Amino acid sequence: MFDVDKLRADFPILSREVRGVPLVYLDSGATSQKPTQVLDAERHFYETSNAAVHRGAHALAEEATDAYEAARQTIASFVGAQVEEIVFTKNATEGINLVAYAFSNATDKARQGIEVDRRFVVGPGDSIVVTEMEHHANLIPWQELCAKTGATLKWFGLTEEGRLDISPGVIDNTTKFVSVVHQSNLLGTINPVKKIMDMAHAVGALGMVDLCQSVPHMSVNVNELGADFASWSGHKMLGPTGIGILWGKSDLLNAMPPFLSGGSMIEMVHMDHSTYAPAPQRFEAGVPMAAQAIGLARACDYLNELGMDNVFLHEQELTAYALEELAKIPGVRVIGPTDMRDRGSAVSFVVEGIHPHDVGHLMDAKGVAVRVGHHCCWPTCRRFDVPATTRITTYIYNDKSDIDQAIAGIKSAQEFFGSGIAVSA
Amino acid sequence: MSEDLYQEIILDHYKNPRGKKVEIDSLAQSYQVNPTCGDEVTVEVGQNPDGTLLVSYDGQGCSISQASASVMSELINGKTPAEAAPIQEAFMELMKSKGQLEPDEEVLEDAIAFAGVSKYPARIKCALISWMALSDAQIKAQLTATTTTRSG
Repeated sequence: MFDVDKLRADFPILSREVRGVPLVYLDSGATSQKPTQVLDAERHFYETSNAAVHRGAHALAEEATDAYEAARQTIASFVGAQVEEIVFTKNATEGINLVAYAFSNATDKARQGIEVDRRFVVGPGDSIVVTEMEHHANLIPWQELCAKTGATLKWFGLTEEGRLDISPGVIDNTTKFVSVVHQSNLLGTINPVKKIMDMAHAVGALGMVDLCQSVPHMSVNVNELGADFASWSGHKMLGPTGIGILWGKSDLLNAMPPFLSGGSMIEMVHMDHSTYAPAPQRFEAGVPMAAQAIGLARACDYLNELGMDNVFLHEQELTAYALEELAKIPGVRVIGPTDMRDRGSAVSFVVEGIHPHDVGHLMDAKGVAVRVGHHCCWPTCRRFDVPATTRITTYIYNDKSDIDQAIAGIKSAQEFFGSGIAVSA
Repeated sequence: MSEDLYQEIILDHYKNPRGKKVEIDSLAQSYQVNPTCGDEVTVEVGQNPDGTLLVSYDGQGCSISQASASVMSELINGKTPAEAAPIQEAFMELMKSKGQLEPDEEVLEDAIAFAGVSKYPARIKCALISWMALSDAQIKAQLTATTTTRSG
């Protein structure tokens, strides 16, 4: 196991004060803090090798391109992927949109009689399947695809406990695509994605997994997901903002029409038509985010040094402690699983009689940064009949004293509002 | 620490909302939602025979949004659109002040309690949502100061 006190020195922001008190950062599910090693890697690139990658033949251009492609290799290895299966995107949202647009663009082209891979053509009578615990990023692109093509959106509902209700009949012979979150950013639930992907493949559908809340917190091998595509972001795993990853099987990526088009993604260009480079370049139009890729690769190295199994165990311990302490406070209801089976580190809760915004505000007054709101999972909140939640998310730099501070913050909110106050409807 | 935000007046309006879900003969309504947090409010406006405004609201959200709606309804109910306009303007002004403005209690009455909210950018929308709904409903009902001046 790693030494939290020691590694906290790598994160200068954690030693600052907010509102006149020391910062307790419990919002890593929204974005993680960055160690100096990652910041230094970006700075080093800009100071020594900066050039536009995949263009030019001068020394710097070669060094920059090598550094960018080496970063791709490091990131691929981090999740057990082949290097050509890793596409750099702006963020995870863009990765999901890239796949959704492959379907909509292929469908548009098919309507015009242009030859496309039929696996990406959808229309009336076809269905796309998601779940009721998806982040808006893995819901709205599929709503849009259905609206454009006439396909139907279907979803797995949730149990009271906050787990997927994998009822038969949701995935059926009409299903063309299934996209599921690995670990819910609101509920913390870890889903049996392999089982769901197998169900998708059994009816001839393709499948995708949203890894935003799993890759930063546990060891993930993309080959064990049973999926065809996966997407996650760099900034939740110690990396910079502005970079996300789309993983996809090469034969599928190479069969997809492009998403963003322009420079770098081409093979041959004429005035009236063009052909495209193989993946991943096919999906990386324009000068890419080299420094961010290098920073993210350094983040992967940092996490590897700690060991992802250790990261997982560390957070399991913190999450179990948080659930235990929350259970002791009367009037606090956890939204999501309350035991540690198939559960990750996002802990959402509501406090009776106090709106989540007010809870978060009073925690913030004690320096405790937590997320409040619907966490981009509005339908999930609606499912549990709450307008919003307050959410604690941990990472490698948190320890039990941070949870204690959060608990103290919740109690202070209850004292301030008078616990269990009646608010007339 | 948080006392500048959660004034006693705000907590009182939150726990004992005034003018909520009052049945009125409504001419128009406006539903507003804060998409970042899910706070919702619906404001209805009508008009008394003497030309003054009738205001009712319903909604759910944090203490700031609900207390602000309560204060708004108490302040605006029974005022003519022309009397309401300077109060509405003063409240908008106060919310934009970043805590730098000394509010005029003669105009804003209980609403001066929201002065502290203007120091917290994330909470200003909470305080404004019902006031935005009111303005929108007034426009729909043609009960703004300008529309009534024009018609009367």
